[in-house]
Amino acid sequence: MKPGPFDYAVPDTLHEALQLLSGTERDTKVLAGGQSLIPMLNMRLARPELLVDITRIPELGRLAVGDDGALRIGASVRQTAVADDPVVREGWPLLTTAITQIGHPQIRNRGTVCGSLVHHDPAAELPAAALALDARFTVAGPGGTRTVEAADFFLSTFATDVEPDEIVTEVVVPPQPAGTGWAFQELIHRRGDFAGVGVAVLLRRTGERVGAARIVFFGVGSTPVRVPAAEQALIGSGFDAEATVAATRAALDPQGDVHAGAEWRREGAEVLLRRALAEAWERTA
Amino acid sequence: MSTDTGTDTLSETGAESRTGAGTESRTKTGTQPHAEPGTEPRTDGAWIGRGRLRVEDERLLRGGGRYVDDIRLPGTLEVAFLRSPQAHARITRIDAAAARALPGVRAVYTAAETDRLPPVVNEAELRVPEGLEQAIDPLVRRLPYPLLASGKVHFVGQPIAMVVAESRYLAEDAIELIEVDYAPLPVVIDPDEALAPGAPLIEESWGDNLALRAEARVGDTDAAFAEAAVVIEEEFHAHRYVASPMETRAVQAAPGAYDGRMTVWSNTQTPHRVRDHIAEALDVPPLAVHVIAADVGGGFGQKGIIYVEDVLIPVAARDLGVPVLWREDRNENLVAASHAREQVHRISLAADADGRLLGLRDEFVVNFGATTMTGLVVPYNSIVHLMGPYRIPNADIRTRAALTNTAPTSPYRGAGRPEAVFAMERALDRLARALDLEPAELRARNLITPDELPYRTGLLDRSGNPQEYDSGDFPELLRRVREMVDVPAVRARQAELAAAGSAHRVGVGFAVYLEATGLGPFESARAAVRPDGRVRVSLGAPSQGQGHATSMAQIAADAIGFPFELIDIEGGDTDTVPHGVGTIASRALVTAGNATHIAGGRLRARILAAAADHLAVPAADLLLDDGAITHPATGRRLTLPELLFAGYELSETGYFRPPGFTFASGASGVIVDVDTETGHVAIEKYAVAHDAGRIVNPVIAHGQVTGGIAQGIAGALYEEMRYGPDGQPVTTTYMDYLVPTSEEIPDLEISEVVTESTLNALGVKGLGEGGAIAPQAAVSNAVEDALLPYGVVVRRGPLTPDRVRALLRDN
Repeated sequence: MKPGPFDYAVPDTLHEALQLLSGTERDTKVLAGGQSLIPMLNMRLARPELLVDITRIPELGRLAVGDDGALRIGASVRQTAVADDPVVREGWPLLTTAITQIGHPQIRNRGTVCGSLVHHDPAAELPAAALALDARFTVAGPGGTRTVEAADFFLSTFATDVEPDEIVTEVVVPPQPAGTGWAFQELIHRRGDFAGVGVAVLLRRTGERVGAARIVFFGVGSTPVRVPAAEQALIGSGFDAEATVAATRAALDPQGDVHAGAEWRREGAEVLLRRALAEAWERTA
Repeated sequence: MSTDTGTDTLSETGAESRTGAGTESRTKTGTQPHAEPGTEPRTDGAWIGRGRLRVEDERLLRGGGRYVDDIRLPGTLEVAFLRSPQAHARITRIDAAAARALPGVRAVYTAAETDRLPPVVNEAELRVPEGLEQAIDPLVRRLPYPLLASGKVHFVGQPIAMVVAESRYLAEDAIELIEVDYAPLPVVIDPDEALAPGAPLIEESWGDNLALRAEARVGDTDAAFAEAAVVIEEEFHAHRYVASPMETRAVQAAPGAYDGRMTVWSNTQTPHRVRDHIAEALDVPPLAVHVIAADVGGGFGQKGIIYVEDVLIPVAARDLGVPVLWREDRNENLVAASHAREQVHRISLAADADGRLLGLRDEFVVNFGATTMTGLVVPYNSIVHLMGPYRIPNADIRTRAALTNTAPTSPYRGAGRPEAVFAMERALDRLARALDLEPAELRARNLITPDELPYRTGLLDRSGNPQEYDSGDFPELLRRVREMVDVPAVRARQAELAAAGSAHRVGVGFAVYLEATGLGPFESARAAVRPDGRVRVSLGAPSQGQGHATSMAQIAADAIGFPFELIDIEGGDTDTVPHGVGTIASRALVTAGNATHIAGGRLRARILAAAADHLAVPAADLLLDDGAITHPATGRRLTLPELLFAGYELSETGYFRPPGFTFASGASGVIVDVDTETGHVAIEKYAVAHDAGRIVNPVIAHGQVTGGIAQGIAGALYEEMRYGPDGQPVTTTYMDYLVPTSEEIPDLEISEVVTESTLNALGVKGLGEGGAIAPQAAVSNAVEDALLPYGVVVRRGPLTPDRVRALLRDN
């Protein structure tokens, strides 16, 4: 459990970091919190020749709310910093809740929000939260900066729309309309582990009916899975949880692994959805 | 050892049968006459019985511990192993040339280099006691284990090559350069399948995979079953899980030095055995090897046996002439250190209409893994603990052990007892259902009562002597946990939840066990006054976290009549105690504790005699109380250093040979809440009553019970070492192998019953393993109780949400 040989660079600027990543034949990897990468290095599952540590680049360490009301989380902002922020808790409580379900305090103290998103374990909390909250990613590369919507960002397990010579500099989370009800729940056998199955729900109320809904599952596929059919079933029916569950059942095709079988995940998604819908509805105003 | 476990043969300890030992509070009889002349009566309770916080903790918590990895000698080389990625294959080629050529690599060993060395045979664990040999004639095969895989690999993780390099990093780089060609062979991982005709053979010369067979019988079981009103027949699987000590295995060997010997720092539980194995490999006398087990971060049995790494590291150090260090990483520990627990029981119980047990039949298969690490230890422990604290007049118990293409298995905290108790206590619950009795009531009707003790089961114990329960109050244990969990209240809640159609169901479960503790043959202690006036007690049994520095000092303080603060305990150094056995099998307190008691008593007598001689007064006129000697009549005072420097030898050695096993016991009562929608099991309450005889230090005892129960709950709900059908282990990191944290372990309610051991002067019983024995049975019984309306039968663990849902789905 010792990594193979690699070079290590700690640039002070984004420009320098991008230069290190570009124009090289070498296998490079960006290091931020290291909570996934370092174990993969130690087990020699990842064999980069160059690690570019971005935690000393001042502009990537910013956590702020922009003029447009969106939350901007820089690439080296630690998960604990976001979860402990009262402004985040007030405006994006789903995000706060998602982060507090990641690992243990030691992991959140080191791990970054952007790092978890770019790493993209499909059973992790943050990709689902990002998809549910319509987050977008600012991706810097040799040709400039581009923006990628969460819906397009997560490609498959451990794969995101980021090229080897690019760096995600921030994730931007739009403001949530007032009165949005939310729930973020997961089924987990041991506290701190990746979810066996989880769900993020956002609801908006129109009178006694559901006006808008967002339902995203995680731990059930190779990406977080939004289920538009379930959202439509919920909106169209007023608030028919069973119709929503039925639409979910048809849409999900989870796989089994060492932690749980496919059938348990399928059942769990349905149980969680019922519970999360009730919780989110309770929170609408 | 005497074949008579009666109390009249205890010349070594001078223990008396204490028929008056109470349960609620210990009867303090004041004086316990010693057979040995010159020793003082036991000074009851001055230190023994006090909940002194552990003296070692401040040092350990401040980072002052010295574990093997902290011993850094200049020029130390580090080791990494190439381990088999194949479960069963012939090795057709090994080419280590590129690895040897890598800069920084100092040596690469393969079977070609090690085949001339003796293979590892855990002789002490494989020996069959004479009494057992004669009485039950067990089959116990030995598979000598090559230091590095020779021609064939038998499990994923088996060492094939050892690289010695200037750093672990370089050693691991070199591992990647070793080319090995494998010709895969058919794989068998299931012990039943391994014993079936035509199974792939682990050891071809054997002709089958049968590593062990033993049978034990009492009475006429066929007749008992024929006359029974009720018979139940069940199959239960104790699943494989592992010890997970916080400190993984580690060995550092330093050759030569000033005394020309090989010095080995090892985190073993049995330093003397390790010394002897190393000496054999190096072809030198045992005393040419010095083994030191300094601070050790947990053992749980996994460090109580000899592995190939234990001898390979000193061999490399000898060959290269410099210190060599290997520290196992967690992945190696999970894959290649010994596993445990896997047994399949086919058990039947026969009872009369009132639920009185008439007979027991059990046929169980033990998965030994790829070699014979130990012999009868685990299977025979299971045999002699199956009947537990119950009165069972007729029994027919048969076991077989199979070799399979899985990591070797060995004792782990409980060592065959948790497995047996799981089968027996689950079977009792099934019998209770068949009889429509409260499971706790069925147990109460069958528990052996104190007035039946000492009780002979009709079996032979692990040493080959008639098995005899010396002491205990099993009904009291059960009574206490029944009271603590309040069964009627649970029954009422069950009715409410059912009526309300709740997704949550509660259940209550029990398990009662006993445990033969204090394994022989002996342990020793040497107590010596030091020139600074302190007393050092050196033990053959090292501590892996058991708190010997505190508990043994309490025993010594009382035995010598000396201040606790002036006593130092040292363990695990083969130089300071010429021979010892080790800290395994819930034995240290019984064996090393009583050896300390004996050595301390002798030292006291020696100090007083020396002082009397020096002062020319009668010894009876002297006092030894505050670390010095006073002569009240004259007011004269003499310090121990003064006595030492006057030329008196102030040291004594004590040996304790236990006359038989002394029986600790306990009962667990558990309330669970099962979420039937998700399968999640939450422990609402865990109550335990236990009896470990006289308690030397209640704080340490509480910690031992708590830790054991935590590891038991781990097996009940979380941990399982799993293999794919291809023999690939699938739970090889702590992401997949779920060791629970403090968040998963509930607060425990612990109640102590004290019936003193009748087999040693201190009245103590072993305590280390007890906690781990009952939880899997008790939790499983509670879950089945909660899910009774669904017709669920729990046949194996761990009870993960996935498994619980599967049980509900299938019914």
